[in-house]
Amino acid sequence: MTSKHVEQLDRVVIRFAGDSGDGMQLTGDRFTAESATLGNDLATFPDYPAEIRAPAGTIAGVSAFQVAISDHEISTPGDTPNVLVAMNPAGLKANMAVMERGSTLIVNVDAFDDRALAKAGYASNPLTDGALNHFTVYEVPMTSITQEACKEAGVKPRDAERSKNFFALGLVSWLYTRPTESTLAWIHAKFGGKPQVEDANTRAFRAGYDFGETAELFDARYEVRPSTFEAGDYVNVSGNTALSWGLIAAGQLSGLEIFLGSYPITPASDILHELSKRKEFGVRTFQAEDEIAGIGTAIGAAYGGSLGVTTTSGPGLALKGEALGLAVSLELPLVVVDIQRGGPSTGLPTKTEQADLLQAMYGRHGEAPLPIVAAQSPSDCFDAAIEASRIAIKYRTPVILLSDGYLGNGTEPWRLPDISTLAPIEPNFATEPNHTKDDGTQVFWPYLRDEETLARPWAPPGLAGLEHRIGGLEKADGSGNVSYDLANHEKMVHLRAAKIAGIAKDIAPLEVDDETGDAELLVIGWGSTYGSIAAGVQRTRARGGKVAQAHLRHVNPFPANLGEVLHRYKAVLVPEMNMGQLSKMIRAEYLVDAKAFTKVQGSPFRAVEMEAAIAEMLGAL
Amino acid sequence: MTTVEIPLTTRKDWSSDQEVKWCPGCGDYSILAAVQMLMPDLGVRRENTVFVSGIGCAARFPYYMNTYGMHSIHGRAAAIATGLATTRPDLDVWVVGGDGDSLSIGGNHLIHALRRNVNLHILMFNNQIYGLTKGQYSPTSEEGKITKSTPFGSLDHPFNPVSLAIGAEATFVARTHDMDRAHMQETFRRAHAHKGTSFVEVYQNCNVFNDAAFEGITAKDNRAEMLIDLKHGEPILFGVDGHRGVSQRADGSLEIVEVAEVGLDAILRHDEHREDPALAFAISRLSSGPTMPTPVGVFRDVQRQEYGEAMTTQVEHAKAQKAPDLAKLLRSSGFWTVD
Repeated sequence: MTSKHVEQLDRVVIRFAGDSGDGMQLTGDRFTAESATLGNDLATFPDYPAEIRAPAGTIAGVSAFQVAISDHEISTPGDTPNVLVAMNPAGLKANMAVMERGSTLIVNVDAFDDRALAKAGYASNPLTDGALNHFTVYEVPMTSITQEACKEAGVKPRDAERSKNFFALGLVSWLYTRPTESTLAWIHAKFGGKPQVEDANTRAFRAGYDFGETAELFDARYEVRPSTFEAGDYVNVSGNTALSWGLIAAGQLSGLEIFLGSYPITPASDILHELSKRKEFGVRTFQAEDEIAGIGTAIGAAYGGSLGVTTTSGPGLALKGEALGLAVSLELPLVVVDIQRGGPSTGLPTKTEQADLLQAMYGRHGEAPLPIVAAQSPSDCFDAAIEASRIAIKYRTPVILLSDGYLGNGTEPWRLPDISTLAPIEPNFATEPNHTKDDGTQVFWPYLRDEETLARPWAPPGLAGLEHRIGGLEKADGSGNVSYDLANHEKMVHLRAAKIAGIAKDIAPLEVDDETGDAELLVIGWGSTYGSIAAGVQRTRARGGKVAQAHLRHVNPFPANLGEVLHRYKAVLVPEMNMGQLSKMIRAEYLVDAKAFTKVQGSPFRAVEMEAAIAEMLGAL
Repeated sequence: MTTVEIPLTTRKDWSSDQEVKWCPGCGDYSILAAVQMLMPDLGVRRENTVFVSGIGCAARFPYYMNTYGMHSIHGRAAAIATGLATTRPDLDVWVVGGDGDSLSIGGNHLIHALRRNVNLHILMFNNQIYGLTKGQYSPTSEEGKITKSTPFGSLDHPFNPVSLAIGAEATFVARTHDMDRAHMQETFRRAHAHKGTSFVEVYQNCNVFNDAAFEGITAKDNRAEMLIDLKHGEPILFGVDGHRGVSQRADGSLEIVEVAEVGLDAILRHDEHREDPALAFAISRLSSGPTMPTPVGVFRDVQRQEYGEAMTTQVEHAKAQKAPDLAKLLRSSGFWTVD
């Protein structure tokens, strides 16, 4: 049936934008799923407002979803969209700043009436006033065709209007030669219980697809061929889902039941949602009365022998600070997940940022060190969650796992691991008394440490002879009894610090990607900047520039070879979505003149920005 | 059914080797003794018993019990104990705290534990003062109280902890006091036997910062006329020879009457098991402080789904429906294969 000419593209970036109620996230998700089944590499960036439904038609209410699809490996959802699908004037206006001249705009022309234009802040209609002269504009009456298509099914125009996102999806699916079966099946599965809605959405989707085919608007269709992937099973996964599954995997690998104590907070709540569905793995989820109860219940569960987990975002981590100090003092395994968002205070709840690093490092009173693990891509959240759990269990310590809104909501194809190859985690519960008193009686000392790891024994209630009391007061080294002895306090402070520092011996050395081996500039990052840094480095190399890249999985303690790596390079650049927190830590620890490259605009670095920052550093060498 | 032998123990077995460090004369000593002496009678094992506390004088309690225990942070004991009790239904979890710890900084966790009905035995020592911080007024201090932080008198209206607990629909609510070991032990025994959250307010004397706060009702000579000892199924009588009683007015409110004037039939019979908490609440309102006849004993003891058991049921049900399969989970939302 396809009569129009098909052009090959190696990569395309599409951004869907409309009102918060227009279903843009769903449209983007479906397009992504279609592309995943086609075998494209892809990366997504959902970008939505904090309000559930900001006033309709306003810039504040614009919800967008960006997806990059490619026939080769990609690491970011793209700097600038090749195509913007705008469901209304606000969706157009809010995104024009990122659109480059010559790119394509597909607009729902039905939505461009005077009222909507005024709401979006347009003095005149950009479709007619020449403002879009440098763009390829397709004006499509999405609302009216959708209504027309649904009329036969007896759907009222007002209700049919809600299906216009499926029209847009159908049209873009046609334009990029996506398969339609999976979306039709999905509509049936999702709306099968409401036949009229299913019918309307199906008709709208088909109408969009057919419109592309029959209207004399589009000269050509495009094809993005499958990327080459290693053999294996793949899923398109978001960071929050991968992180949830990583926690479940850690439970399976350790034989521990998972207890999640959590208070809903954007953008972390999806982990609570996902884990609450997985009770067959022995996962217990508890929606707490507040953030403090979230971590409090997790500490209680950890004392009882579960893998205690609490999930939150920056404001919640602040509330958990005191209880985290208790967990440091109690030396119990605990995983604290922070899906970072823009701050301070309520800040930008739905936008990404990496500004909680120093809070994670130092946000407790007293000397209270704890390990910090950072995930670098959506699928990497799985491994990062297992690693955080491993360290927590082995070293009897709270671990903070840092992700962020970009990783949490963003998706990418993930080659599923062979779970039989995942290393088991041994909880090594205490089983018997470990100390003989002067009078010969056998007793249990809860703070008698393992000589190698400095971890204390973990003895959940239930075993006779191991009864013991722990608490937040300083404890005597060994016996764990309350001790106000000042020399003992200093010893305990040092022991707790040494235990965490010693984890450096138990983590992989930092690997450096230095293609030619003679680069003089090292770009080092942590967390979600990985994809942007990789893209910037690739661009630099493509132009003949020499640059090395390294990325930290462990932010505390640092890998043992980090100092040596840093000193190997003449210059060090640290891109971060904060005001330079890692660079501060590196400078303090290694006396290296690491330069921060920072951005706090609620969205990831663009590859061109990264390339420019690298070029500037290279130019100054 | 197999019978599990519980080894015979004495108070000594339940006492830790740590020196008790409350002020001499503190009411906490008698509560500790009552608990340590009661434990051998409860038919429980030390290794399955956990005392969890927050911060405050009362919160040192776990250090003195030879059981498992945690002395945590201010106000959070109920939350921590909730995590423990919901994951370890096999344990006997006690929570000990003072009025500041439980009702001020920890008020939120307390009411949520009560409404959830987690299997916890909460003992709240009420001395109407902040002791460990040396004498500021507490959320149960009377209005106008002169303390270090209220030299012109406290402006705060106090909580009635029993009213608060009943208002939160706690399934077991009781009150006792540190001057009567037998009454404490009977109340604690009942709290222990209850399935779900049991809340016991213990009037406790702080002889350093708020001495004799309860003397007007708890001193031996005053008890008969000032303590209304609630007994399930019996008319609510008190005073020497039961000459006074509690009667319900036509509008449903309660009043204290002379039995001789109204007759025994007009005296309200106490029913701990009433589902509707309104009458128990009304009983709790008979006294707004330890200067007037004050009900003690069990106000309310009703059955409701226990939280940890319900959670375990959900988990067990899910396990019975579906075997845990990680490889399957990773493929649960659709996958594709590259050859």
